[in-house]
Amino acid sequence: MVATRGIDALVVLPFESEPLTSPVQAVAEQGIWVTVVDRGLTVEGIEDLYVAGDNSGFGQLAGEYFVENLDEGDNIVVFRGIPTTIDNERVDAFTAALDGSGINILDMQHGNWNRDDSFTVMQDFLSRFDDIDAVWASDDDMAIGVLAAIEQADRQDEMWVVGGAGMKEIIGRIRDGDPQLPANVSYPPAQISTAIELTALGLVSDTPVSGRFIIGSQLITPENAEQFYFEDSPF
Amino acid sequence: MTDATTTTPPRRMRLNLNVLGPLLAMVALIIIGATLNLSFLSAENLTNVAARSAFIGIIAVGMTFVITAGGIDLSVGAMAAFVAGVMIMVMNSLVPVMGAGVPLVLVGMAVALVVGIAAGLLNGVLISKVGIEAFIVTLGTMGIYRSLVTWLADGGTLSLDFALRGVYRPVYYDGILGLSWPIIVFAIVAIIGELAMRHTAFGRHCAAIGANEQVATYSAVKVARVRMATYAVLGMLVGLATIMYVPRLGSASGNTGVLWELEAIAAVIIGGTVLKGGFGRVWGTVVGVLILSLIGNILNLASIVSPYLNGAIQGVIVILAVVLQRERWSTTWKTWSPRAGSTRWSFFPSKASL
Repeated sequence: MVATRGIDALVVLPFESEPLTSPVQAVAEQGIWVTVVDRGLTVEGIEDLYVAGDNSGFGQLAGEYFVENLDEGDNIVVFRGIPTTIDNERVDAFTAALDGSGINILDMQHGNWNRDDSFTVMQDFLSRFDDIDAVWASDDDMAIGVLAAIEQADRQDEMWVVGGAGMKEIIGRIRDGDPQLPANVSYPPAQISTAIELTALGLVSDTPVSGRFIIGSQLITPENAEQFYFEDSPF
Repeated sequence: MTDATTTTPPRRMRLNLNVLGPLLAMVALIIIGATLNLSFLSAENLTNVAARSAFIGIIAVGMTFVITAGGIDLSVGAMAAFVAGVMIMVMNSLVPVMGAGVPLVLVGMAVALVVGIAAGLLNGVLISKVGIEAFIVTLGTMGIYRSLVTWLADGGTLSLDFALRGVYRPVYYDGILGLSWPIIVFAIVAIIGELAMRHTAFGRHCAAIGANEQVATYSAVKVARVRMATYAVLGMLVGLATIMYVPRLGSASGNTGVLWELEAIAAVIIGGTVLKGGFGRVWGTVVGVLILSLIGNILNLASIVSPYLNGAIQGVIVILAVVLQRERWSTTWKTWSPRAGSTRWSFFPSKASL
């Protein structure tokens, strides 16, 4: 398809891995450079370059923060995203980091990376559990919904919330020392531009760019939040 | 059940069962919820469920009229997101001029209603004047509104000005006598809707058009005008639902209102309104909305069934509701009208069937 237009390289984010694997493979077989972003293809070795965020690291960093800042016997609830391998990797790494810490996960439910869904789920968590010490919202859109539900129940003093991905509104509140939002975990928002730049670099220069390029997640706290605040970001 | 229909005349009883079906389902859900988790019956939880039903509920009342008149509107979820987006942008842009106060909130509400009515009228004109299928028109406008709001938000989220959010917030969270405003507004809309459906010419005309458009035309019903009005009213109610929605989280994005249209349609059908038109029941729609919300709430509270299965359970209930409807139609045709299709009893339903 695209290959008929005489391209030299293809940068693709396979929204669904399975159906895109063979078309991308066909492109690669014509000798065209292929860069895959964020979600892998189901057959290995097709792409020349793979650029992605570190989903396991994303969950692990958050989990380690909970272990350091909570005590044995403390209770948390967990919000999951849309059921995908990304979500599974994050949650698996998070629960692995919590192993042996004595922190209880009261329940995990899907907030689908959506504010409204998370608001509803958090309302129900608050009705159900009298004692919640912290929430891993795992995403800042979900954190917004969670925070609104906590405010409605007037239980802001009981628990803190860790989201993820670094929405500017949340990062701003972390920077300002909001006790409800002590930390966040970054997830590279501009992977596709990194992928495009690397691909272009590979085309115009002799720089070797093939292989795997994993952009790490970082823990954002009030101390370093300023570096992660981007006024003009739409997110 | 079919045995009972072939024997003598417990018709009245059977009809009552059909009428009571959605109510019984709701009572059953409440009993299940209460046995699974004690906090289910807490005032806090019940008001949460009622308040979160309000958005879909307000829209579903309007959808009842559209479906009763033989139409459908797939665009309401996207329309709600679009109205919310426009409303937030207008309000934010007027903060420097008007200041973040009650007058600006009222302007925002007016904008939501006007945009809602205009969007509904657009659907209505294309359907009743230009004569395009309702399914096609609203499928098209669904895509248009959904991409417009994504475009307005630049792929991200439109957030209401922070000071303004403080002023507007009570519209969702406060209320009187322990009932929050969304619940009160939903109740008022439902009562007006029920009265309009049963006691006004507009309600009867909707049923007449849905039952048989030609007969309605010959009976001097202004078909095009009534049909257009159903979409405009639905658009206005989408605006009203948005007015209640925006103060909750103060934002709108491309993800706002996703699948609301299907939830609203499902609620209407569960409530006993006939999808092909001709008969509508507003209070049934209200029960349908509450049933859908209760299912989600119980799954969250109980966590015995994976929430992945929420959609499956809702799907089973929708299909069951339609099966029960069909039961009623076939039996009533047998007993009421030997020449099925020539007349449709629901055109002038008896008191018992309402």
